[in-house]
Amino acid sequence: MKRIDRSSKVRTGFHQAKWDEPIIYELSTPGERGILVGQPEKAIAEEVKGVSAIPAGMARNTKLNLPEMSQSRVLRHYSRLAQQTLGADVNIEIGQGTCTVKYSPKVNDQLANLIREYHPLQDESTVQGILQIFHETDKYMCEISGMDRFSLQPSGGSQGIMTMASVIRAYFKDKGEDRDEIITTIYSHPSDAAAPAVAGFKIIYLQPDPKTGVPDLEQLKAVSGPRTAGYIVANPEDTGVYNSHVKEFVDHIHSIGGLCAYDQANANGLLGVTRARDAGFDMCFFNLHKTFSTPHGCGGPACGATGVQKDLVKYLPAPLVGFDGKKYFLDYETVSNPCAVGKVREWYGVAPVVLKAYCWIRSLGPNGLYQVAKTAVLNNNYMFKKLMELPEVSAYYEDGNNQRVEQARYSLEKLTKETGIGTLDIQRRMMDFGMHYWTSHHPFYLPEPMTLEPTETPSKKDIDEYIETLKYVFKEAHENPETIKTAPHRSVTHQVDESGMDDQATWALSWKTYLKKYTE
Amino acid sequence: MKKIGLIVNPIAGMGGSVGLKGTDNTAAEAFRRGAIPRAGDRAKSALSELLPIKEELFIYTCPGSMGGDIAEELGFRTVVKPEASDGAAKAAPVDAGVLPDPLSKTSAADTKSLAEWLLENKVDLILFAGGDGTARDVYQAVELSACCVGIPAGVKIHSPVYAKNPKAAGLLALLWLTGKVSMTQEEEVLDIDEEQYRKEQINTRLYGYLKVPKERSFTQNRKAPTPLSDAAAIDSIAYEAVRQMEPDTFYIIGAGTTTRGVMEILGLKNTLIGVDLVYNKKLVANDLGGSELLSLIKGKRTKLVVTITGGQGYLFGRGNQQLTPDVIREVGKENIIILATKTKLAALSGQPLLVDTYDEGLNHSLCGYYRVIAGCGETIVCKVSDN
Repeated sequence: MKRIDRSSKVRTGFHQAKWDEPIIYELSTPGERGILVGQPEKAIAEEVKGVSAIPAGMARNTKLNLPEMSQSRVLRHYSRLAQQTLGADVNIEIGQGTCTVKYSPKVNDQLANLIREYHPLQDESTVQGILQIFHETDKYMCEISGMDRFSLQPSGGSQGIMTMASVIRAYFKDKGEDRDEIITTIYSHPSDAAAPAVAGFKIIYLQPDPKTGVPDLEQLKAVSGPRTAGYIVANPEDTGVYNSHVKEFVDHIHSIGGLCAYDQANANGLLGVTRARDAGFDMCFFNLHKTFSTPHGCGGPACGATGVQKDLVKYLPAPLVGFDGKKYFLDYETVSNPCAVGKVREWYGVAPVVLKAYCWIRSLGPNGLYQVAKTAVLNNNYMFKKLMELPEVSAYYEDGNNQRVEQARYSLEKLTKETGIGTLDIQRRMMDFGMHYWTSHHPFYLPEPMTLEPTETPSKKDIDEYIETLKYVFKEAHENPETIKTAPHRSVTHQVDESGMDDQATWALSWKTYLKKYTE
Repeated sequence: MKKIGLIVNPIAGMGGSVGLKGTDNTAAEAFRRGAIPRAGDRAKSALSELLPIKEELFIYTCPGSMGGDIAEELGFRTVVKPEASDGAAKAAPVDAGVLPDPLSKTSAADTKSLAEWLLENKVDLILFAGGDGTARDVYQAVELSACCVGIPAGVKIHSPVYAKNPKAAGLLALLWLTGKVSMTQEEEVLDIDEEQYRKEQINTRLYGYLKVPKERSFTQNRKAPTPLSDAAAIDSIAYEAVRQMEPDTFYIIGAGTTTRGVMEILGLKNTLIGVDLVYNKKLVANDLGGSELLSLIKGKRTKLVVTITGGQGYLFGRGNQQLTPDVIREVGKENIIILATKTKLAALSGQPLLVDTYDEGLNHSLCGYYRVIAGCGETIVCKVSDN
C-alpha cells in the first residue's frame, strides 16, 4: 500500500472534499416528506377552532415555499456541505487575522448540550443554574475589563457595538444634548463605524500616521467638538499595532463631554495585561466566540458581551441577571428608565454560548487567562520574526516602537512587484493546501495585505507548517506563477468572475430577492 | 466571432531608453541617439496570450508597424484599415525626413483616425500599445464608447488604463473576450507635461477616462477591493454632498468622476474635466475659466466641491487650474468640500492630500485637517499639506 509521504511539512497531496451539491430548493420534490406531522386530537382542534394569533391581514395567502425532502436526503445534503468547509477543526487556523480563531474545547460543547432543552419562558426557579452562570459570567467580565455591569444579550460583535452606540445615544437623550457624531479609526473593525451609523450617527474616521500606524492626538482634536457623542475604537487595531497614547485620546473626548467605547471583540493579547476601564473607557464589549473560545458560528448565534461603567448601567438592555442573596432572577429594572436602550434582541442572550465561555474561564482561572495572552503574543512574535525574514514579506509602521501584539498585518508588495502575484492570488492558492488565509478588511489600506493571528492554540510545529506552506507558495510565485494565477486547483470551486461582486444591483441577499432579480 | 482593434504606437518608449523622458516631439532625437523601437515587441507579447482563441478572432488594425505586421506574423485573421499605407497616411511634421520609414509616418493623428475607424467597425475591445500620450490620443477618439486595454510600451505610464505588463494586458483581453470578466470601469487617462518633466518637474494632469475591463489584478494602480463598486461609492458620496447643500449659495463643482456624481444626482449637465457652477441646485454655467468664475462668485456666499485628481492626491494645481488662487481665496478655506472614495484615499495610505497652486502663501494657508466626505454620513479625516 502506498503511504503518504510526510517528509515535507507542506501538504502537497491535499484535496478538499468536493460534492457537486445543488442548493436545497433545487433538491425539493413535491410531496416528499421528512416528518409526517400528526393531526391534533379532536378535543384540541375543537378548543382552538377559529383562534389564531396572526391577524387576518398578516396571514399569508400563498403556500409557504419550503423544500420538500426526506430526512436522509436532508442529512446527506448538510453533511456534504459541512465536508466542503475549511473550518477550524480541519486546518491550522492561523490565517484569519483579527478573528481569534482558537481551539474551542469539545468538552464545553458537551456541557452546553445539557441545557439545549431549556425554554426561555421557563419559571426562574427551574433555571437557577444557568441564571447563576449568567450572573457569574457578568462578574468575570467586569473583573477582566474593570467595568461595573455586563449585558449578555447582544448576539454578536456588531450587536455589541450597536449596544454601545445605543447606550451613547441613550445617555445624550437623557441629558437632553443633541450630539450626532462618532469618531473611529480606519484600522478599527468596520462595524465600529457601521453599527453607530445604523443607530443614526455620522461617522468620522481618523487616519493613521504613516510612520507610527496610529492616529495622532492633534488629528482627533481637529475634528472633535460639541457634536462629538463618542469615540469607538479597537486597540490594538487590525494591524496588531497598539496605540499606547489611547488614554490621552479618551481624556480629550471626556474633556469635551463625549463617551468612549472600546471594541474588545478580540482581547486575546490583553487578558490580565490591560483593562478598558483603567484606560478610562466608559464601556467595552467582548466577543465570546473569539477571546473566550465559544466557537465562531458564521453569523451567530454568538454573544457580544457588553459592559459599562456604573453611571451607564441604567441604560443597558433588559433584562440583566440579578441575585438577591438567595436566588437569581431576571432583572427588568432598566426597563423603567424611559431613556434606556430597552432590548437589542429577543430574550436574554444565547445561553449555550455564555455557558461555554463560563466553562473556559473557570477551567483557566485568572493566571490561565494571563497565560493565554502571553502565549498568543509569543506565538505572534515568533511568527512575525520568521515571516519578516522572508524577502517577500514586509510590514508597515516598523519604527522600532511598534511591536505587534497578538496579530499582524503584513504586506506582500515586494512579491507582487517581482512576480505579479498579489495577496488575493496567494489567498486562493493557500486553499490548495487546506489553509485559511486572510487579506484585510476593505478597502485595502496597505498594499497587498496579509493578516495573520496564531492565537495561543498552535504549537511551534503548527506555526512552522503554516510558514513552510507560505514559503512554498512564494517559491511557486517566482518559478511557476501560472499555477497561482489559476488557483485554486484542489478546492471546492475554481475561480469565479468577481467583476460584478461589488455591484449592488446584482446582489441577492435572500431567495426572494434572487427570484425577483433573476427569474421574474 | 470577436473583433479586436489593435493600435500600436511604434515610436512609444523610444525616448526613455536614451534618457529623453518621453517621446512626444522627440522621436527624431531619440532615433539619432540610437533608440530602438520596442513597442511592437511589447504588443506582440500581449497578443500572444490570445493565440489560444485565434480561430475566434478578427484583428482590425492598420497595415505595417501600427499593428498589421504583428497580427499577421502571429497568424491572426486581420482586417486592415483601407486607404492606410504602411504605418499611416500622414507624417508627423517634426519627425518627417529624419526617421527612416516606416516610423516616420506615424503621428498622433494616425492613432486617432485608426481608433475612430475601429469604433465604426464596432470592435469588442481596443488593445493599444504606447504610453500616456497614446492613451490621450485614444481617449480623444473613443472616450467611453468602447472597452479598451493599454499595453504598456511608453516611457511615461501614469494612467491606470494600462495593464501592469504586456502579458497582463493580453490575459486581461482574453478574460474579457471569453466572457470571464463582464464588467468595466472608468480609469483615468493621465499625462504629465513632458517639457516640464525633462526639467524634472512632475505635473500630472487628468485628461479623461477610458473604459477598461474590471479585473483588478491586471491593471496598473491595482485597486483594492471594496464592498461597493466605485460607481455605488460615488453615488453615496454625491447623495451626502447634495444633502448638505444650502440654499442661496453658489457651489463650484470641480473636475473628476466623483464630483460628476453630484451633478448627476442634481440632473445637471457636467464638465468632466472642467469646472461648473451651481446655484440653488440649478446650473449657472458649465466649463468656466478662472476669471469668469471669479466674476460670478465675487462677494457671494460660495462653496467649492473638489475631489483628488491625478493619482497623487492633489486637491489643487493638477488638472483644475481654473480654480485659481483668487477663486480659492474668494471661497475661503472653510467652504472647501472635499469628496473622495475610500478606495482612492486608501491608495494614498495616509499620505497627506496636496495643494500646489502657484501662490505659495495660499498653499500654506490651506494646510490642516479636513473632513473628506467618503460616503453617506461618513467622513475621513485627511491632512492637507503643501509639500
